[in-house]
Amino acid sequence: MELNGFHCDGEGCAEEKEEEPPALMLPRSKTETPCSLIATPGADSEAAGGSALREQRVSKSTPVMLRLDSLKKNRPPFPWFGMDIGGTLVKLVYFEPKDITAEEEQEEVESLKSIRRYLTSHTAYGKTGIRDVHLELSDLILWGRKGNLHFIRFPTHELPAFLLMGRDKHFSSLHTTLCATGGGAFKYEDDFRTMANLQLLKLDELDCLIKGVMYIYSVVSSGPPECYYFEHPTDPERCEQKAYNLEDPYPLLLVNIGSGVSILAVYSKDNYKRVTGTSLGGGTFLGLCCLLTGCSTFEEALAMATEGESTCVDKLVRDIYGGDYERFGLPGWAVASSFGNMICKEKRDSVSKEDLARATLVTITNNIGSITRMCALNENIERVVFVGNFLRVNTLSMKLLSYALDYWSKGQLKALFLRHEGYFGAVGALLELPNPS
Amino acid sequence: MTCLIKGCNFVLKNIPHEAFVYAKHADSEFRFQNTHPDIFPYLLINIGSGVSIVKVEAEDKFERIGGSSIGGGTFWGLGALLTKTKRFDELLQLASKGQHTNVDMLVKDIYGGAYGSLGLTGDLIASSFGKSATTDKEFSKEDMAKSLLHMISNDIGQLACLYAKLHNLTRVYFGGFFIRGHPVTMHTITYSINFFTKGEVQALFLRHEGYLGAIGAFLKGAEEDNPNQYSWGENYAGSSGLMSVSPELNPVQRARSGTFPFDMLEMDRLERQLVNLPLLQDPTSYIPDTVDLTEDVLAREYWLYCFEEALDGVVKRAIASQKDQPKAVERAEKFRQKYRHKLQTLRHQPFAYGSLTVRSLLDTREHCLNEFNFPDPYSKIKQKENDMALKYYLKVVKSVEELSWEQRQFTLVKGLLAGNVFDWGAKAVSDVLESDPEFGFEQAKLQLQERPWLVDAYNQWIERLKGPPHKCALFFVDNSGIDIILGVFPFIRELLIRGTEVVLASNSGPALNDVTNSELQILTERIAAMDPVIHTALKEDRLALVQNGSSSPCLDLSRLDKVLATVVRERGTDLVIIEGMGRAIHTNYYAMLSCESLKLAVIKNSWLAERLGGKIFSVVFKYEVPSNIREIKS
Repeated sequence: MELNGFHCDGEGCAEEKEEEPPALMLPRSKTETPCSLIATPGADSEAAGGSALREQRVSKSTPVMLRLDSLKKNRPPFPWFGMDIGGTLVKLVYFEPKDITAEEEQEEVESLKSIRRYLTSHTAYGKTGIRDVHLELSDLILWGRKGNLHFIRFPTHELPAFLLMGRDKHFSSLHTTLCATGGGAFKYEDDFRTMANLQLLKLDELDCLIKGVMYIYSVVSSGPPECYYFEHPTDPERCEQKAYNLEDPYPLLLVNIGSGVSILAVYSKDNYKRVTGTSLGGGTFLGLCCLLTGCSTFEEALAMATEGESTCVDKLVRDIYGGDYERFGLPGWAVASSFGNMICKEKRDSVSKEDLARATLVTITNNIGSITRMCALNENIERVVFVGNFLRVNTLSMKLLSYALDYWSKGQLKALFLRHEGYFGAVGALLELPNPS
Repeated sequence: MTCLIKGCNFVLKNIPHEAFVYAKHADSEFRFQNTHPDIFPYLLINIGSGVSIVKVEAEDKFERIGGSSIGGGTFWGLGALLTKTKRFDELLQLASKGQHTNVDMLVKDIYGGAYGSLGLTGDLIASSFGKSATTDKEFSKEDMAKSLLHMISNDIGQLACLYAKLHNLTRVYFGGFFIRGHPVTMHTITYSINFFTKGEVQALFLRHEGYLGAIGAFLKGAEEDNPNQYSWGENYAGSSGLMSVSPELNPVQRARSGTFPFDMLEMDRLERQLVNLPLLQDPTSYIPDTVDLTEDVLAREYWLYCFEEALDGVVKRAIASQKDQPKAVERAEKFRQKYRHKLQTLRHQPFAYGSLTVRSLLDTREHCLNEFNFPDPYSKIKQKENDMALKYYLKVVKSVEELSWEQRQFTLVKGLLAGNVFDWGAKAVSDVLESDPEFGFEQAKLQLQERPWLVDAYNQWIERLKGPPHKCALFFVDNSGIDIILGVFPFIRELLIRGTEVVLASNSGPALNDVTNSELQILTERIAAMDPVIHTALKEDRLALVQNGSSSPCLDLSRLDKVLATVVRERGTDLVIIEGMGRAIHTNYYAMLSCESLKLAVIKNSWLAERLGGKIFSVVFKYEVPSNIREIKS
């Protein structure tokens, strides 16, 4: 796979792979010509055939050393960040170079050092910022540099505090480009400029998402598998997590569950479409849980859901038919009406907060499963990858999705999950760093 | 479920204007769809406590292809938890007052504006209840209820679209208690369907959707008989109308509907199967009624006024028709109250029984008269008029025979039109007739407008008559007495002599003074006894009498007796003649037929005449030849 070029398989390989400008190997944004890094003036205006000839001629006559120089020249200055500002969470990836030479160390400005030290020596920032240490990717080669990739998140409403910190740490003096995606990149662009004197490179979130997924999958080779699924999802006794080989990923249905849900059909690295979306997503789960139980965080809501029982809140098929509704192939355990038992006062009085949280989780998850299944059928795609922070530490939902997809499709559809579930947009944004446009 | 589908098929096939599209901001909220014999395949989304999605392919072929647990029970249950409001209707009322944008996270809350590259507008909901996860403030009950309603309606709409797409269906009907005439839910579902299919699929609702299961169960019982031998029609007298413009108005309207504490649907079993006229150019786009009074406010006001004005006369005639019967006065008074009440209801809710038309107003009156046992208030008058006209028949025929060909054709057409002046349905005429029973045929001719008529295709008609005779003419007749005997019979007599077969189609049951099939049988026998031309034609089966399957003063060409359709097809009918205001003006004025047609009437209502640009007793003589036939000829 092309993208493996970014992963260091051995000491020698990194340099060899460096021969080609990385931008050529990355999934590129649709508008760019493949030769933009080495294009000579006028190439754009040439006819297609002529341009190809010129490219060939240029690459033949260009010595390897010159191209390495060009890579260095085009390599963005540190620090390397990618940011995804969603409706609920800001996701930040940070590449920490580990191969800094003494010479570089000397030249490195104080503000850069301070940022690096601050981010890498903590696992929590303020009250709400968190570094997902277990997701960290070490000894990664990116644009010829070796280092660790860190994954950090904090609530979107803390963004002003983050900007003030950036100002206090003189982030703007580093003349770096801040690659950002997600709605917040648009909404807060002015705040970045006025509060922290930072210019954003705004990127499309779906482009970033797909790039990020493909990149991370390609660079993870050791440790826990990046892509996994639940084997025997319909049998709780035997249900277990298994690695999945995503070497040949297309076509693929990519379901991103953040505050809301986007469903993409991906046919190749640069051919995809947004099939549909639903407003019933992670934000709905948390929002309803907050209103119904008085909790205030995702973790709290999830913990309650784990303890609760949804069957007293929901009306099941067997509550209506006394058992299976065989004529229509509806099993008795299926939910006939989410929250359907709550129309009755006695039952409302007897349920616990945990039960309500569980029912909310089950309702939202099943609905996503149902819409996803219909999209998969309509698009004729059998593999479904679920990503997004709704699934973080949410085995309950992952198993439910696996179960629902398997059961209702009679084993036709497979639900796949990725370890770095919520960070792909931010990773995709980081990958655009060498392409200031 | 079987009963539900059965009921749904039934109402879609049999009840005029059963299905409608809901448009909150359009001139009329409800846009009704015509009944078509061909209703399959369709998707039925039944929203009860949960959602069932059923694909219906044929009368007894259907499949539950999916569903969702997020339905009416979710709205109610979750709504009760969130707002501490117990009743479903109250929750809907809360929702209609709320602002969902306070609770939902919109695209613009995330993006600051629209997400242009994906075409997602800023006002789109990105995450339902998303704001309640990130803000600590209190939310109002109204706002939460509205957000919940949007969440559920959108979700159902989206799933419906996904299923419709997968199964390639464009007709999607919604039913179940979540919908049941609640404008708020109809509006949000309609919006959602439009959004997700970009307008390719229309959300359709049913007037009687709450009764589908019950109707189906009833039909199952009724099927002990052979169901293929009859059709059904809605009885406007017994049915209560579509309710509720907004939930707030609901209680008032329910109180106003008065007589019954619950909604009613009354159906009449028609002892025949009803089908399309095979000669309709495009049965799917055929609309019988010329003016939709739900949309045309001026026309509505006029006709409601007109029918109310005429009510005294109708009551008087009803009593007169049953002078010796017990309690006739009392029953007639009850009829008056009932019909007046219906008119009042329609004034406030024109859409109560589907699209409001002159036809539905006339039919409602007939249904109400029937309910109070006045099945045929005109029977005596009809008899009297028939007897009188028969005396003149031979005289008229003889005088026509003496004329030159050209003169004869014109006299016959004028006779047809003059006969049509005799119509108890129109107030102007009933006034004259009541004050002067001797008002004669010749005098009627004098009343007629001189040529050129208001619509005048007479010259084209005469040119056509100079050509070869038609193979078979189908004549939808109108009134008894002078109209049928001195107008229609001399006219068709000429056609028969020319070598054209004639089929006379008359009403199956009484309506005003319209001649019924059984009356026409007797009349024809009596004429045949005097006139050898008619006698021979009957004997040789070149003159046939069939019933049209209706008891209405108007005519719905998509609901005709199956026998009539068969006769029309077998005889190779190539000319259709429609006579009278009810059948040729109020209905079918714009009907497109696949063969030649004559639509003729005398406008006996000054308001209508003025609207058409003429005066009272203006003549409409519309002769139409479909373009494909015209091309063959030239």
